[in-house]
Amino acid sequence: MTSSSTVFEAAAIDQRAEARRSFLLVFSCTVIGALAQILVKQGTAQLGAHITLSQALGHPSLVARFCVGVITNLKLFIGYGMYGVNTFLMALALKGHELSRLYPIIALTYVWVTILSIFLLPGEHLNFFRTIGIGFIVGGVSVLGMKK
Amino acid sequence: MQTPLSSIILVLFGSFIGSFGAVFLKVGAEHMKGSLARLLTNYWLGVGIALYLLSSVFYMMGVSQGQLTVLYPMVSIGYIWAIVWARLFFKEPFTKAKIGGLAMIIFGVALINFGNA
Repeated sequence: MTSSSTVFEAAAIDQRAEARRSFLLVFSCTVIGALAQILVKQGTAQLGAHITLSQALGHPSLVARFCVGVITNLKLFIGYGMYGVNTFLMALALKGHELSRLYPIIALTYVWVTILSIFLLPGEHLNFFRTIGIGFIVGGVSVLGMKK
Repeated sequence: MQTPLSSIILVLFGSFIGSFGAVFLKVGAEHMKGSLARLLTNYWLGVGIALYLLSSVFYMMGVSQGQLTVLYPMVSIGYIWAIVWARLFFKEPFTKAKIGGLAMIIFGVALINFGNA
């Protein structure tokens, strides 16, 4: 009797420790992912391309030239490398866990990207509507995974 | 620095293409079995990855101009497509939480665009 309840308690502690580990892992992923976004923005800004959607669809050569610029850009290389590592870590963290419960943490990426943009990128600013808008997006992504 | 509409359109288009990538990856993952040879000939996964790469090209063309504080939140519109495709292709029901969440996301994206004007 005593021994079986200890086993259950140990299992519960294990489960909690594992849940905390995935929580922390996903949380770190959101920060790494946001930093990657900053690098991608800086990298593409260096390419200095002015392409619209209709130009891109009508002139594949423009897109090809853009892609050549992309694969030779260090910031984009590092940014997408971080993004790849991130995807791998996220897959690890989500293994055996319900993705839906982690949506509120994943949604934090929008907050980090906004904060980092203001500190690290030129010409970025927030205003009342943008701040409230990001709040709604974070809230919206958070509730997507709820049951019912 | 203003964020041009053409950049917003490119980012939205990229997230639309990427949402199909997710559909292919999900089907590919369901067909995933054992050997490396089977994995390499899993065309669903291949197409899914190709669509993701294509979507990131449009995303990059989009964010090369304008502000990331405006453009990055536009990616969240991808959740709309994901939920619609999940209903169409995988019979995943619309829940109250999904409808409420989508409404909040759309309102948030509208506010950010309003704040850009």
